[in-house]
Amino acid sequence: MTATSSSSPEKLGFETITIESRSPLQLAWRRFRKHKMAMVGVGILLLLVVYVTIGGILLSKGYCAPLGRELRYEAWSNCTDTSKVRQPPSIEHLFGTDSIGRDILARTIYGGQISIMIGVTAATVGVILGTLIGSISAYYGGWIDNILMRFTEAMLNIPSLFLLIVAAKFFSGKIPDIAIFGRQMTGNVVFIILIIGLTSWMYLARIVRANVLSLRELDYVSAAKALGSSNARIIFTHLLPNTLAPVIVAATLGVAGAILNEAYVSFLGLGIPSQITATWGNMLDGSYQYLEVAPWLWFFPGTFILLTVLSINFIGDGLRDAFDPRSIRHL
Amino acid sequence: MINYIIRRILQAIPQLFIISILLFLLMQSFGDPVATLGARTPPKPEDKERLRRQLGLDQPMYVQYVVWLVGNDWMLIDMDGDGVGETPGKRRGVLRGDWGQSLVTRLPVTQMIAERLPNTLILMLTVEVIIIIFSLFIGVFSALKQYSFWDNLITTVSFVGYSMPVFWLALMMIYIFAVGFKRMGLPYLPTVGMFDPQVGKTTMEVIRHMILPVATLSIISVAGYSRYVRSSMLEVLNQDYIRTARAKGLERWAVVSRHALKNASLPFVTLIGLDLPFLLAGAVVTERIFAWPGMGRLFLDHVARADFPVLMGILMLIAVAVVVFQLLTDIVYSFLDPRIRLN
Repeated sequence: MTATSSSSPEKLGFETITIESRSPLQLAWRRFRKHKMAMVGVGILLLLVVYVTIGGILLSKGYCAPLGRELRYEAWSNCTDTSKVRQPPSIEHLFGTDSIGRDILARTIYGGQISIMIGVTAATVGVILGTLIGSISAYYGGWIDNILMRFTEAMLNIPSLFLLIVAAKFFSGKIPDIAIFGRQMTGNVVFIILIIGLTSWMYLARIVRANVLSLRELDYVSAAKALGSSNARIIFTHLLPNTLAPVIVAATLGVAGAILNEAYVSFLGLGIPSQITATWGNMLDGSYQYLEVAPWLWFFPGTFILLTVLSINFIGDGLRDAFDPRSIRHL
Repeated sequence: MINYIIRRILQAIPQLFIISILLFLLMQSFGDPVATLGARTPPKPEDKERLRRQLGLDQPMYVQYVVWLVGNDWMLIDMDGDGVGETPGKRRGVLRGDWGQSLVTRLPVTQMIAERLPNTLILMLTVEVIIIIFSLFIGVFSALKQYSFWDNLITTVSFVGYSMPVFWLALMMIYIFAVGFKRMGLPYLPTVGMFDPQVGKTTMEVIRHMILPVATLSIISVAGYSRYVRSSMLEVLNQDYIRTARAKGLERWAVVSRHALKNASLPFVTLIGLDLPFLLAGAVVTERIFAWPGMGRLFLDHVARADFPVLMGILMLIAVAVVVFQLLTDIVYSFLDPRIRLN
């Protein structure tokens, strides 16, 4: 939306001035690009995405001795070779092998795909819920607001990890395996996504509610009402776009939070079982028992989680600054 | 003021009911608590049936909830399975101070929590004190040197700390300060439990065992808190009255400590006040890794066995504490900041 306007004709002898106008989003993008740590975060995150996608094509194949043939892709990451248990990193297994002889390198790649997928989808669930509940609560007010906010507070009164554990236990062991994109997957993946989403919308709901509460009193909303716009239209086209900044920031940070939450639940052995679906989180399950003898068991998946969460947090911080017109630092 | 307190308490009551119903519903499908009971020889089906009746697990969910809430000493329970109640109930319900018994250990829930709570509080209060001291110091320093090399360094480091998964840091600490030091022949730190049973529960022993978990939890939280202190400090430092104080020639230290920090710490008080009740919950992951016998471990162990009276006890204790501390924080805040009026 760059509008170029020549403000005065040449023949009058004035200098031609070109004024570039920028939309708020463009301004935010300029501020974001100047935010060094955010750009570092984008870089690390891109590398990680390349690692779990292209790495999966290039790196992950090997000879699976128990089956007597070479395996590729996810099958290789699930190849169990009990004669090679907890081997330290070597040329053959760059990151070593785990407690039942699976290649950790391959598992970090395929586990990474699942972990990042869980992060993105669970954050999406949380953001949609938080935005809807926050905006409905603020827009309609009255008893709807009262009920929704009491419910939000009730959820906030339980420590989030406890709530997550209770919810994870609630759904555990009831789900058949499923196939997504031609990939066999533990059905728990879907439920972990849902419970992380269902237990992480509360803060965003409060932020959106506060924003919408002030927005709905503005004249343009009254104008829209006077023109006969429906409530849904007012919420979705007039109110929500104006509270986009906190939603985007929360969505970004939500991805990091969801990856961490999956890791915590799986680390405690209540998350996704590791037989057919690896995640960075369930690779850590039980690894601390071999802390002394096999540090590579937890070091590699743990470090991938750390790098992902760190880079996403940097990006989130950059976005927050970029959307905040008061932050002069990054202009 | 009194009106405000009464209104808040009245608001809290339905909220606590919502929480308890929500949790009770979730816990109903935890699986059969009786299935995991019994030692080496699994109990016979008819024994299990009797056990279920004795524990009241055969009742519909809403009856179980009511029993949990107000007890069953006003009704007769059918223990022998003939469809006629004959044994008077003994439970008095949470509302009358009876939190029930653990399905696994048969001990009163209150006793089980009372055994673990001090362990968790020792750990978490130490962590909280360290967090407050360090984050105030780091946050103020960072704000005073805004955008300097040190500020940028601290900001970056605190971001790394804030993003660190707690298990990663905990395992790293153990690997360096226990495993690594041991290999190098240096004095190394213990990693498991509260004390060495051979030495006994002496103060020194507990302190030695606390070092690693406390360090782990502190590093992660100081990062987040110090950023908070930094931003509220920066906000205050840009106020007119700070400029006035400087203009009239006050010493820098006096301006920072008496004019700026005092005001900047107001939101920090709220943050801490709202955090305190969650200390009761302990730290699930950290307690698990360091085998610390606190509330988090109690919770985890009993989730695995679907022991819902204990789980309800822990979670409701925290929920009530959250409500109480929210109210206390508001009241304290109104004393600290005269601009706030509660009504």
